[in-house]
Parts: sequence; structure tokens; C-alpha cells
Amino acid sequence: MLFDFPTLLNVLISGLMTGLVYGLMALGLSVIFGVARVVNFAHGEMMAVAMYAATFLFSSFGINPFLAVLPIGVAFFFFGYGLQSIVIRPFIVRPQHTQFLLLLAVAIILTSTLLIVFGPDARAINLDTLLEPVAIGELLLDRAKLYAAAVACIATAALFAFFRFSRIGTAVRACADNWLGARIVGLDVDQLYAIAFGIGAACVAAAGCMMILLVDVTPGSGPAYTLLAFVIVIVGGLGSMSGALLGGVLIGISEALGGLFIAPSAKSMISFALMIIVLIFRPRGLIAEKL
Amino acid sequence: MTRRVILLLVLLGGLLLLPLWASRYALSLATLFLFFAYVGQTWNIMMGFAGLLSLGHALYLGVGAYAAAALYYHFNIGPWLGLWLALALGGLLAAAIGALAFRYKVSGVYFALLTIAFAEFARIGFDHFTWVGGSGGLFLKVVEHGRIDLLNLRGPPAMFYYVMLCLAAGAFLLSAALVHSRAGYYWQAIRENEDAAAALGVNTLRWKMFGVIISGSMTALAGTFSAFYYNNLFPEQLFHISRSIEIMLGPIIGGLGTLFGPIVGAALLTVLADGATELVAAAGWDVPGVKQLVYGIALFAIVAFLPQGVWPALARRFKLTQ
Repeated sequence: MLFDFPTLLNVLISGLMTGLVYGLMALGLSVIFGVARVVNFAHGEMMAVAMYAATFLFSSFGINPFLAVLPIGVAFFFFGYGLQSIVIRPFIVRPQHTQFLLLLAVAIILTSTLLIVFGPDARAINLDTLLEPVAIGELLLDRAKLYAAAVACIATAALFAFFRFSRIGTAVRACADNWLGARIVGLDVDQLYAIAFGIGAACVAAAGCMMILLVDVTPGSGPAYTLLAFVIVIVGGLGSMSGALLGGVLIGISEALGGLFIAPSAKSMISFALMIIVLIFRPRGLIAEKL
Repeated sequence: MTRRVILLLVLLGGLLLLPLWASRYALSLATLFLFFAYVGQTWNIMMGFAGLLSLGHALYLGVGAYAAAALYYHFNIGPWLGLWLALALGGLLAAAIGALAFRYKVSGVYFALLTIAFAEFARIGFDHFTWVGGSGGLFLKVVEHGRIDLLNLRGPPAMFYYVMLCLAAGAFLLSAALVHSRAGYYWQAIRENEDAAAALGVNTLRWKMFGVIISGSMTALAGTFSAFYYNNLFPEQLFHISRSIEIMLGPIIGGLGTLFGPIVGAALLTVLADGATELVAAAGWDVPGVKQLVYGIALFAIVAFLPQGVWPALARRFKLTQ
């Protein structure tokens, strides 16, 4: 099979744009793991909740997802903050499989709540203004993807700046780097863990608001996103922010190419193969660094 | 000790007599319970005994199911021969994954994610494996109920019930033998502190491989029997991550690393799932999702209040510990 250059380039760029949204989602998982050492097995379910929240705000109040990002992001920050400080905190010192089970229970509760509230049908948001593609020479860029990718980039840049320059961001990084050291210098570690979880949740909320512009959502969408987020952070480097972004872009592009060359339904096979290879040969991921 | 033996005998006697009075529905629930007691036991060998967290046991279940079902479907080779292929493939796959993971020192969360990746890879692979039906599924011939053909595992639900009972009892006995064997003590040492075990001269690689191979091949065996019980096989069901989760829920809830834990956990989960259904029906909340919500909340409560599992708490309460 041969494809002409513009087709290939279109597919690559489309994968890159989706990958940036994936990256933002995975960033949330990476921040939560990097700081609180909690493996958030309810990550994809949180993504699905955010996607539903966006459809709800759109259909009931006509708020488009680009605006809905803010209220949903803030709401998710508090949700994540509360989840960590009330529910997960006692489990930090318990064995990993117990944490896993706890978050699995959270995931089941989220999924079933979505099913009860919204019913089993798929939902999507189609904005008329996004139907017209952006043409650059022979390239045709999907407008929804382009805008979603732009928002993902802005959110990611804001997050990097927050962790680099703000006092709280630096404190959270200190916590990730050395838990005991952070306590010794007088940081409130429990609160910083909760903040990190809140930020991770806000990331996934923003990613969900953008994702709903690209694909539809059902209550059962969660587990697939959880797995996707894991693949991305493993490939990029669990606990590393730039790794999550790199992993997101790589997986986005590999899915797009897999869909083109093999079959759309087999696209995530490449992602899992990539994950296996990285786990074996570079278990700390492509970018092995701390937050 | 004697209390435990009495408890076991009462349990076994009750289970043997159950088909005499149970309704069809109750029998299917009981068969499901025995199935999860069995796979819980086999998963527990890996995680509970050797401390290797597998989140991808659906892989072995699916491969065992497809191996025996494909032999029967394409070549008319019965399940009693097919199960050897299932055992071999399950063991081989477990050995391959184990060898890769242990050679390259993939452990902890990373090991768990590696097992998920293999299971998911197989799921999508089998979706496109048209020789065994692909995502459209593979269907085995169903014969009329009532005629018992044990050789080809075609027969009434009660027959499957007794087959599953034998399997569950066998897995229990094997686990009991293993845990008090040389392997069991080495596994315990590896689970608690692998470096210390290695320093004392335990060949950790060899014993970990032994654990994953036993666990993988025995789980594949469960796949064979479930294929002939349900008569239809779909990659999206057999290899799905939710299957892996179902397999491990029982032993974790029941009590990790204990012999009775997988049984108690499987019983509790079966009762819980059914109880949630009945509760929802009785209360008239005819909304999809309520049942899962009840299940999720119950799971949450168990994890939060009995972190060691239900069996250790019960055993302490009724003085059943050794």
C-alpha cells in the first residue's frame, strides 16, 4: 500500500493533534503518581465524567466546551482534592493492590452513576463552527482537533509554568522529590498531595472537555481511557511531565498511522506493543525524570 | 486445625448435595461461584503466595478457552484432549512473560502493567484472528439438554456444576499442598524480601517462574471449561480487563495469600452481585446502573474496613486460625 505524501502528512498531523489532548490527560495521571505515588485506576472514568459534564453544560445551558473547560476544571480540582484528602489518604501507606482496589471501586461508582444519570446512549457535541476544516496548501486540518490541540497546549504550558515558578508548584515538586525532606522543612505534605491530585483531576477535566469535540462518550468509555493513559505514561515515563506529553504525541501518531496502514480497530495494538517494548527495555520510560 | 477440616467437610457436603434442591438459577450462580473460587485460587498462587501482581489473567483464560474450543470446532477433538493444549499454551505464555519480566527486572506496578499490556494485545489480536471467528465470536454446537456426554462436555448444567466443583476442590488441595511445600516457603521468602531470599541462596528466578507457570496453565484450564459451558467465545469478553479484575477481586476481598480467602471472596462477590440485583428489583429502582452502584459501594466498604480481607477477620472471630 502506498499513500501520497499529503495524505500521510494529514494523518500524521491529525495524530499529533489528538496526541496533544491525550498528553494532557496522561499528564494528570503522571502528576498524581509522581507526587502522591497513587496509581489512579479511575483516571479514564474521571475523563468520561468530564466529557459528560461538557455535554450537559452544552445541551442545557449552551455553554460550549471551550468555555466549559474553566468551571469543569475547577470543579474537578475540588473533586480530586476531596478524593485524595478524604478517601485515599488513609490508603497511602497500605499495599499497592489495596489502593488499586479502592480506586477500582471509585471507578465502578463513577461509571454506574453516569449510567444512572445519563443512560446508556452515546453522546457527542458537534459545533457547527468547527465543521469547516482549516486549509493550509494541500493540508486539511480538522478544525475541532486543531482548537482542541491548542487548548491542550495552553493548559499544558500553564501547568509547566505553575510547577516551575509558583511557590505551591515548587512545594509540590519538593514533595515528589523527597517526602521526608519536604516534611522536615515544614511543608504540609498531606495538603500538597491533595493539591497534586486536584491538579491531576483538573488536567483530565480539560482533556475530557476537548476530547468530547473529537469522539462521543458512553458510560463505558472509562476503562479504555484508563488503559490509554497508562500506555502513554509508561511510554513517556511514569511520574514525568514532559514524558507524558511526549508519550501522548507518540501514541496519537502511532494510532493514526496504525489506523491508516493496518485497520482502525487494530490501532491500539501498536500502542500496547510499544508499551511492552518500553516496559522491558526502558522500564522508567523514554524520559526518566521527576516532576 | 480440626475446626478448619470440619468446616471444609461441611462446605464440601453442602456443595455436593446442592443440585438436589437448587433451582436452575441458583445452580448457575453456584457454578459461577465455583468458577471464581477456582480462578481466584490460581491467581492467588501468583500474587498471594509469590507476591507477583498480575492484572492480566484474562489472557490465560482466553487462550485456554480458544485453544480447546478451536480444536473442537475445527478438528472435532474433545475437551479432554484440548485441555492439554490449553495447559501447555497457558504455561508457555506465562513462562514467556515471566522470563521477559524477570530477566529485565520489571516489578511492582510495572509488572502489573506489563501483564495488562499482554492481555490487551491478545484481545485486539483475537479480534482480528478470523480462523477462530475474530470479533464476531466462535460458537460451539449446542446439543439438547438432558443427555450427558461427559467425553465432549455436552450436558445439563448440573454436570458442569460437578466438573467445576472438582476443579475448585482440586485447586484448593493443590494450593494447600503448595503452600506447605518447599516452593511455598521459598515463595513466601521471595514475597517478603526478594533480595534477602536471593542472598540466602534461593534461586528466586526459578521459583518465580514455577509460580507463574502453574498459575498461568491452571487459569487456562478454567478457560477450557468456561468455553464448553457457555458455548460462545468473544475476545471482547474473554480477554477484557474486566475479566482480569473479576478474577483477582475474590482472593483480594477474601484474603490474599490464604487458602480460604479465594473461596470466601468468590462466595461473597457472587452473593453481592446477586443481592444487588435482587435489592434493586425489590426496591423497584428499574434504572440501569443502580446494581453496579450498589456493587461499587459494597466493594468500597470492604476495602476500607477490612483491608486484610474477609477471611482473616472471620478466622480470628471464630478461632479458625492455625
